[in-house]
Amino acid sequence: MSIAAHPHALDEPVVLEKTVVVSWKAPIAYAVFTVLLLLLVLFGSRDASTTFRLSAATDAVKLGDVTVPAVLTGWVTVILLAILTVYSVILVQAKRRVPLWLTVVFALVFMFGFLTWAAAGSTIPVTGLLFGAVSLAVPLIYGSLAGVIGERVGVVNIAIEGQLLAGAFSAAVVASITRQPWLGLVAAMIAGVLVAFVLAAFSIKYFVDQVIVGVVLNVLVVGLTSFFYSQVLVANAATLNTPPRFDRIPLPLLSDIPIIGPVLFRQTVIVYLMYIAVALVYIGLFHTKWGLRLRAVGEHPQAADTVGIKVNRTRFWNVALAGAIAGLGGTFFTIGSGIAFNKEMTAGAGYIALAAVIFGQWDPIKATLAALLFGFASNLQNTLSVIGSPVPSEFMLMLPYVVTILAVAGFVGKSRAPAASGRPYIKS
Amino acid sequence: MKLELRGITKRFGSLVANDHIDLTVEPGEIHCLLGENGAGKSTLMNVLYGLYQADEGEILLDAAVQHFAGPGDAMSAGIGMVHQHFMLIPVFTVAENVMLGHESTKAGGLLDVAAARARVKEISDRFGFDVDPDALIEDLPVGVQQRVEIIKALSQEAQVLVFDEPTAVLTPQETDELMGIMRQLRDTGKAIVFITHKLREVREVADRITVMRLGKVVGEAQPTASNAELASLMVGRAVELTVHKEAPTLHDEALVVTGLTVVDAIGQLVVNDVSFSVRGGEILAIAGVQGNGQTELTEAILGMQPRVEGSIVLDGKELAGRSIRRILDDGVGFIPEDRNEDGLVGEFTIAENLMLDRSTTKPFVKGANLQLRYLADFAREKVKEFDVRTPSIETKVGRLSGGNQQKVVLARELSRDLRLFVAAQPTRGVDVGSIEFIHKRIVATRDAGIPVVVVSTELDEVEALADRILVMYRGKIVGIVPGGTPRDVLGLMMAGEAPPAEDAVATEGVVA
Repeated sequence: MSIAAHPHALDEPVVLEKTVVVSWKAPIAYAVFTVLLLLLVLFGSRDASTTFRLSAATDAVKLGDVTVPAVLTGWVTVILLAILTVYSVILVQAKRRVPLWLTVVFALVFMFGFLTWAAAGSTIPVTGLLFGAVSLAVPLIYGSLAGVIGERVGVVNIAIEGQLLAGAFSAAVVASITRQPWLGLVAAMIAGVLVAFVLAAFSIKYFVDQVIVGVVLNVLVVGLTSFFYSQVLVANAATLNTPPRFDRIPLPLLSDIPIIGPVLFRQTVIVYLMYIAVALVYIGLFHTKWGLRLRAVGEHPQAADTVGIKVNRTRFWNVALAGAIAGLGGTFFTIGSGIAFNKEMTAGAGYIALAAVIFGQWDPIKATLAALLFGFASNLQNTLSVIGSPVPSEFMLMLPYVVTILAVAGFVGKSRAPAASGRPYIKS
Repeated sequence: MKLELRGITKRFGSLVANDHIDLTVEPGEIHCLLGENGAGKSTLMNVLYGLYQADEGEILLDAAVQHFAGPGDAMSAGIGMVHQHFMLIPVFTVAENVMLGHESTKAGGLLDVAAARARVKEISDRFGFDVDPDALIEDLPVGVQQRVEIIKALSQEAQVLVFDEPTAVLTPQETDELMGIMRQLRDTGKAIVFITHKLREVREVADRITVMRLGKVVGEAQPTASNAELASLMVGRAVELTVHKEAPTLHDEALVVTGLTVVDAIGQLVVNDVSFSVRGGEILAIAGVQGNGQTELTEAILGMQPRVEGSIVLDGKELAGRSIRRILDDGVGFIPEDRNEDGLVGEFTIAENLMLDRSTTKPFVKGANLQLRYLADFAREKVKEFDVRTPSIETKVGRLSGGNQQKVVLARELSRDLRLFVAAQPTRGVDVGSIEFIHKRIVATRDAGIPVVVVSTELDEVEALADRILVMYRGKIVGIVPGGTPRDVLGLMMAGEAPPAEDAVATEGVVA
């Protein structure tokens, strides 16, 4: 017997007529940035040339420097930005969306114009700028992977900050004692897992609000590490807080590619592990049994339960795994850079990582790109203060956070979190 | 496979949800479990499915005692369940949902989606389901989602299939198709348990009927039993299944809606250019399958939707664009679709809930002070008038049964001076006894000359109350037909087909 008998096809998806909810967000933002650059060019006019250095003297393949006149470039970019802004206005008036590529083009043009203006009369080391961006993004990327796993399985992991800090501390101490950076790495992962265990126990077993547990954990880890730092590490700095560092290992061939090579393939083991981690988490989440079950638990825990998946056990162990990844990210601060542990040295990287999770729409690859953007903003501030740009350094220090706020505010409305993220699963 | 439940008892604190239940289901039969909301049917099935552990009693499959620690055990023993609220993950594809929990993998631990796809295709073809394995669940109509639930159970070689209130979300046509599927499954030798409170369906499809009330089995019945017999067995007393109402006394046109369009956050026209009018003293029922814009339409009338175009005129005054407060003050009474979400504050007392939407002016508030004594008198009077069964007016509303909660909402709204009454799903999750009461009060409101709009997805309710019936489909009006239009016509309209010409006259007849 066949069931499909009716003229109205039941199987076609319900498609309602659509109109576009017009958003003026993009044109307004474009206009603001265009005016900003216009003001800089008008009133901060600096008659000099800017040089962009594309490769270092030691590189195998050398690219020449690019030199542009600051004033002329400034005017050209302002005009380009104005054209893009007008185009976006036309799009919105025609009830069409402003595409993402337009925003990317706009951002690149603006960045070029801004750098030319800010560095007039000096040289911008482009590879150095990008290399630093990748480096500074390392803890953010590890942190955001931890965040993605946590939220996808249904637990909001605010404790990333604490896990990074605990990882940095344990890595420094263990590596200093044993003189083995690898042991420091393992210690950092264990420290991250221990913090995660507390988060998991309270939020999954005792249904305590996940955000509150996370924040309290962060404060706890700050307190503990600061205490041990000032009471123990300072007095015994030579034995306990002089961590060895991972060496930079240039990958053969890959590291000789112009621009990309020096930026991506002359890094430490921690960065190479990160590339692997991003790929593994992505493939794992979307192409394996582990990921399918993990996402099911985070979207609709009851449905997962009815097919025999142990919801709370899945959540517990994946939160622990996320803790290990975040702890690993913490090693960047100490053994990754060869720097001694210091109080609160993560400086909010965990929270920025959380922002990257949301900006990256709970997708490991997109979250990685978001973290790279934040890393770039941080390193831009470093680079500009080194070459002595006229922008006040306090203002530049705000830059990564301003970028974070703009990015999250602009995109958060469009993306959809895992449906059960943040909600405990209470079986009646 | 033969299923036997012996002396199943399940307690939640002092409440006995299942009291020594015995039930036998033979292979190749459809066994109906009939009972009101809260009779303990779903609890019993959750015990069977391993979601709850029984306090006493045992489950036997083919005479072997089973111990289910969780749904996984029940599934591998051959029990499949089609849940009332689908246990499907909306952002997964059909194939992913079917494979979840029993994934087969390829080399390297990668998911073997192709195998799952083939499995879906095979089952879908065998039963003529016509389901695309790669479609996302959230894009599928509920009828198809339900078939995915069935495929999920069948892919685990289930021999006992439990359908928990499966028709609640379906159009009449989809319901007929589901009945067909159930018969087909029965004929292949599956044992089927069909849980419902709808008498019509029971009589149509059941081979045997077991009736439950207040956690106990109160009797068995034959499919030949009449509606009245089944209903009195179910409720424990004789009930009036249809409200008695006189022909309406029509007054002037009161509510005129013209060109109403509601846009949701992602730009979909959830209500699309809708125009209708309601006269004083008539009930306009808005029928349609859940999710075709009825919710948004009522919310737009109440001013709860942010993106609204068109006009809503009540007694010559434009409501569109006004605040909810102003609209309530203009005399619009509203029973929201989900009373626990929008109608009541569960942690407030009955008295406090009765003054929720008049917390700004006399007589409940003078200056900044609540008039508690007045409120107490008022609450006592309304509890009596509306037959709310409660120990006291200080009882928290969350503790009441669905029927009594709804009577509190009804009491609050009907005790204001109304010029329009909008009731969305007024009897959803309400026991038969309270349905009778609520329907009488709605008809009484109409007879007082007030225009009434009732939104319902239950055709029984639409038939019982409507003077005219407006059918919505995908945000648009399919047609407006007189009350008493045959069910099969309404059913087709609910699936988007325009009504035959002679029925469409009502649109013109009343507006003119």
